[in-house]
Amino acid sequence: MFMDDFMLRAGGAGLAVALVAGPLGSFIVWRRMSYFGDTLAHSSLLGVALGLLFNVGLNLAVLAVCVTAALLLAALQQQRHLASDTILGILAHSALALGLVAVAFVEGLRVDLTGYLFGDILAISDRDLWWIFGGGALAMLGVIGLWRPLLCMTIDEDLARVEGVPVTWVSVGHMLLVAVVVAVAMKIIGILLITALMIIPAATARRLVSSPEQMALLASLIGGGAVIGGLAASLQWDTPAGPSIVVVAALAFVAVQLVPHRRMLAGR
Amino acid sequence: MHAADQPLLQARSVNVTLDGRAILNNVDMAIYARQIVTLIGPNGAGKTTLLRVLLGLVSCSSGRVTRARRLRIGYMPQRLRIDPAIPLTVKRFLALNNRTSRSAVRATLAEVGAAHVENSQVGVVSGGEFQRILLARALLRRPEILVLDEPAQGVDVAGQGDLYRLIATIRDRHGCAVLMISQDLHLVMEASDSVICLNHHVCCTGQPEAVSQHPEYLKLFGAERLGGIGLYKHHHDHVHDLQGEVVPLNGEPNHGGPDQRERDDVHG
Repeated sequence: MFMDDFMLRAGGAGLAVALVAGPLGSFIVWRRMSYFGDTLAHSSLLGVALGLLFNVGLNLAVLAVCVTAALLLAALQQQRHLASDTILGILAHSALALGLVAVAFVEGLRVDLTGYLFGDILAISDRDLWWIFGGGALAMLGVIGLWRPLLCMTIDEDLARVEGVPVTWVSVGHMLLVAVVVAVAMKIIGILLITALMIIPAATARRLVSSPEQMALLASLIGGGAVIGGLAASLQWDTPAGPSIVVVAALAFVAVQLVPHRRMLAGR
Repeated sequence: MHAADQPLLQARSVNVTLDGRAILNNVDMAIYARQIVTLIGPNGAGKTTLLRVLLGLVSCSSGRVTRARRLRIGYMPQRLRIDPAIPLTVKRFLALNNRTSRSAVRATLAEVGAAHVENSQVGVVSGGEFQRILLARALLRRPEILVLDEPAQGVDVAGQGDLYRLIATIRDRHGCAVLMISQDLHLVMEASDSVICLNHHVCCTGQPEAVSQHPEYLKLFGAERLGGIGLYKHHHDHVHDLQGEVVPLNGEPNHGGPDQRERDDVHG
């Protein structure tokens, strides 16, 4: 069995993303923000199109669009006329549609959409790897730094505010960290599946833990396991890597739900 | 400690308009160290908004709110529901964002009568227990003022009297002021130094006995709520402790007898 260079790169990149997706994904689950992650992911296709159109580095363009979308969402959520899931629905699908339309304008280049939508581990270059490691490390430092205030405001925003937590800034900080992870993870897992890698491991961990830290850590481990299992399956059966990773994570989720309740730790 | 002649919290000519609706109209109030002030008023009278203005969670359209410098506030919000997706024990919730020791957490839980839930997950405790946990969390901040938004909600009628008595003893033990919202003047009578009757504006204010006779109060709540008139009074031969266990009242189970106990349950 030969182990190609690209498999090592894919494995390293995937593990880096899974590691940081654990704590960030836990907060997405706790704060009910999975649709927010989807919206950012969908808007990243617009980043791809803009990068191709203006001949800017794709990583940079995707990151810029994700960060802009996160800030836009943070600003829109301040208004109270429309529910935030409506706003997210509008933005997610508009961004995706806009991205698809913009891609069509890219001349003389047949863009392989499948690679962006579902990930393409073959396409991960050394440069991509550094983006993933750099972005992942930044997001990890960010989530560790914001951990306590973020946890406080996740429990109750008013209480956190009275206790002196700068709630608005912490919330924007969390959104930006998610944007960074979405941007760097696009290559490996694909636009349509990034949110899955953030929320499925965290949701899987929930039944097995009794503290927020345990949940974040276990989510990282489960995500890492899903990456390794998914890539192995992909190599073995020639299945697409991103979907394979998500399928393994989903299987882990189902398996944990099947364990009888009384055997659980102090969960729920 | 702040000088006794300086108010801890003060509102001067405060107006609040939300979505074009006037919620607070020219409200003046102040609370001083070690005072227990209760806000009463019908639903939708702006009681919670007034608390939120004083806490800085809502900004006023006109008027001024002043807080004593570096005032330590213990806040118990009206509705706090911790998402069951967050694995969190009671003791962790109490220590979160508080510089406190394990023994202080334990002692405070015992003080509010919730020692038995120390290791429980916050998602599984009862409504009454959760109110006590919130009170304990507010106390652990060593507050100069406790701000309680309907502390007795979710607590059964017998337990409500206990909770208000507990709050009165907390003032004596911790030397803090208490500002609270309550629906029922009867229950807070003995605990409050001063009552503010609010219906978008301050209807009347003063000592509980005086407010309960005030024509504005009677107009708001109707004469049947006036103590003694048209009320069905009866005595219980037992009480329930904080866990709902039956505790007999020492003495003869003299239903409707002449001996006036403190625990008249009043059904109006």
